[in-house]
Amino acid sequence: MEDNYKMEHLGKEHILIRPEDYDKNFSTLNLGPTHPATHGIFQNILTMNGETIVDTEQTVGYIHRAFEKLAERRAFYQITTLTDRLNYCSSPINNIGWQTTVEKLLGVQTSKRIDYMRIIIMELARISDHLICNSVIGVDSGALTGFVYVFQEREKIYEIYEEICGARLTTNLGRIGGFERDFTPSVINKIREFIANLPKVIKQFEKLLLRNRIFMDRTINVGGISAERALNYGFTGPCLRAAGVDYDVRVMNPYSSYNDFDFTIPVGTNGDTYDRFCVRQEEIWQSIKLVKNALENLPEGSYHMEVPEFYLPAKEEVYSKMESLIWHFKIVMGEVEVPVGEVYHSVEGGNGELGFYLVSDGGRTPFRLHFRRPCFIYYQAFPEMVKGSFLSDAILTMSSMNVIAGELDA
Amino acid sequence: MSKYNLVEPPDGYSAPGFFATTLDRVVGLARKNSIWPLPFATSCCGIEFMATMGANYDLARFGSERLSFSPRQADLLMVMGTIAKKMGPIVHQVYEQMAEPRWVLSVGACASSGGIFDTYSVLQGIDRVVPVDVYVPGCPPRPEQILDGFMKIQELVGNESLRRRYSPEYRELLEKYGIR
Amino acid sequence: MKQQLIHDSLQKKFQNESILFDETSDILTFTVRKQSIVEVVQFLKEVLGFQFLTDLCGIHYPEQELALGVVYHLHNFQTNTRIRVKTFTSVQKPQIDTLTNLFSSANWMERETYDFFGIDFVGHPNLIRILNVEYLDYFPLRKEYPLEDQTRKDKDDRFFGR
Repeated sequence: MEDNYKMEHLGKEHILIRPEDYDKNFSTLNLGPTHPATHGIFQNILTMNGETIVDTEQTVGYIHRAFEKLAERRAFYQITTLTDRLNYCSSPINNIGWQTTVEKLLGVQTSKRIDYMRIIIMELARISDHLICNSVIGVDSGALTGFVYVFQEREKIYEIYEEICGARLTTNLGRIGGFERDFTPSVINKIREFIANLPKVIKQFEKLLLRNRIFMDRTINVGGISAERALNYGFTGPCLRAAGVDYDVRVMNPYSSYNDFDFTIPVGTNGDTYDRFCVRQEEIWQSIKLVKNALENLPEGSYHMEVPEFYLPAKEEVYSKMESLIWHFKIVMGEVEVPVGEVYHSVEGGNGELGFYLVSDGGRTPFRLHFRRPCFIYYQAFPEMVKGSFLSDAILTMSSMNVIAGELDA
Repeated sequence: MSKYNLVEPPDGYSAPGFFATTLDRVVGLARKNSIWPLPFATSCCGIEFMATMGANYDLARFGSERLSFSPRQADLLMVMGTIAKKMGPIVHQVYEQMAEPRWVLSVGACASSGGIFDTYSVLQGIDRVVPVDVYVPGCPPRPEQILDGFMKIQELVGNESLRRRYSPEYRELLEKYGIR
Repeated sequence: MKQQLIHDSLQKKFQNESILFDETSDILTFTVRKQSIVEVVQFLKEVLGFQFLTDLCGIHYPEQELALGVVYHLHNFQTNTRIRVKTFTSVQKPQIDTLTNLFSSANWMERETYDFFGIDFVGHPNLIRILNVEYLDYFPLRKEYPLEDQTRKDKDDRFFGR
């Protein structure tokens, strides 16, 4: 082992009882980075009075992979693979978010066909993300069956992604200016079949949990937060909508032709775990409606815009024409001209407003790329949400906030 | 003929009433079909592991029905996902707490060698901190690849000599990693 | 809300401040001196209605005299307006006042900016490293530091084109 790698930094100091707590009879519990209920690695050190939680100390950064520094070294074309690994449960949303940011910087307006294809893929990714979150809330409260049934549906979504781009999870989907290939008839059939069969499985899943007495007792009035505190803490996404604020980036700042579609934003009242579960369930139904509408009204057209500096030329031309070969080389090496400027663009990810702040100085890589990661920002409110509740409530609150470690630490 | 296959018996001498074989083959056969893994899932490979545990690719048919999150009761440490330098001591501590015999499966490019994250904060491979038996490449590896890696572990487990954990080479290996 | 309205009300309120407006970006952007950042953001929040802090990040321009900067993105939900505020400080004494009294979400975002750039937020309740290990002795996202870990022995830079 290397000498520079310090092994004594195990953070054991936290686990010892602090002297100021001796007479208060508080105990310290380490809900450590490796724990079956923390989906992702982050640490919570709970100070407890018996079974009630008094205070929480959070440590994150156990999977810090330095995305922002890495993005300063990768060409625009290559950063899509980095964005995959932010919220890896719904990677197409991150990919398309990055591509729309660069298109905003370049001033490229995509055609309706590209927009509708993007909507279909993003909504499938949103269904996939919400299915994981809700089934894992079920697992944490003891209902393992829903998880197994719902994962079969996710396998079908993976098959659709494989047909479109070749990968299951970290999709690296799409290109700046559109897509690398059109939807084949096989893709359209698979999506149609999937959307036709999904409602039955979701209804079964809802029958298990939604009006289940035990589940409702465990989740109502647990981990609640008011709308004012949620706004102050920078909440976005299902957690904010469960608290009562109807903020959705798809409606507030529409991108990719979302304003052509009619869908409702589900809003809760208490901001507790049950509301978050219900908001996500209803969003799955809205996403199914969106995919169906987009698929039925998919217009004709090209599947990519003319962005010669970023879009690889067709392979037949690369192998036969000299200019296409040179362009291909220049694009892959990133030796293309990028306009100078800065832009902030956000998309509605599975957890909320996923923002990209891009500063370009004309070089082959971004000068600065900052990801506005929703769950990093709202996870700060966790101590306030669980103060005074039991340990089992804290576990359910944590899983209903859908904290994904890749997005937390970036 | 039943359509369900049982495992192949090891080589041995059998006659009416008894079956003679070496002890390490029998113990290896029992161990390899009942490995209890500890899923140390950190990032994207963890989601592929959840798919492997699901009904489609079913890890449970290899004997790993019971996932153990407690290191004391686990046989196989499956490290899935990127291990940052902050997380390294924790992998080391979890490995130390496991009881012999124990194996390590490193799933994914990040756990094997740092993957695409050649940065200041990522450990370039968990073999910097724990001895690894099988590496499964991929980013993320398909569930079939994870199962393939798991079957290689089964081979290792089945063919291991009973005296391996007491041998001087093994002791030297643990010394190198600072594991008591 | 029209950009001109925001422009004018800011000019009127902060007459002795030199606010540099930048017209080239997609949303209204301006730079203020670091001494008045809390006042300006408070005015934006309480009077002009920008009650949501979308983002807070750092940036490093090595050639500028005030090299380290913090960029704030604010959002007004009622009128659907976004605004970007920048403030800069020097590398020798990087100190900026904290916004945690106005927005609780600034807490971790300022810790992340401290972790990456070394900007000291005066008045922050708990300004320690959040994402990197505690014993890291430099601020990695500054431009002078490389991406790769210089102490690793297994990767030979000759093969990686570095």
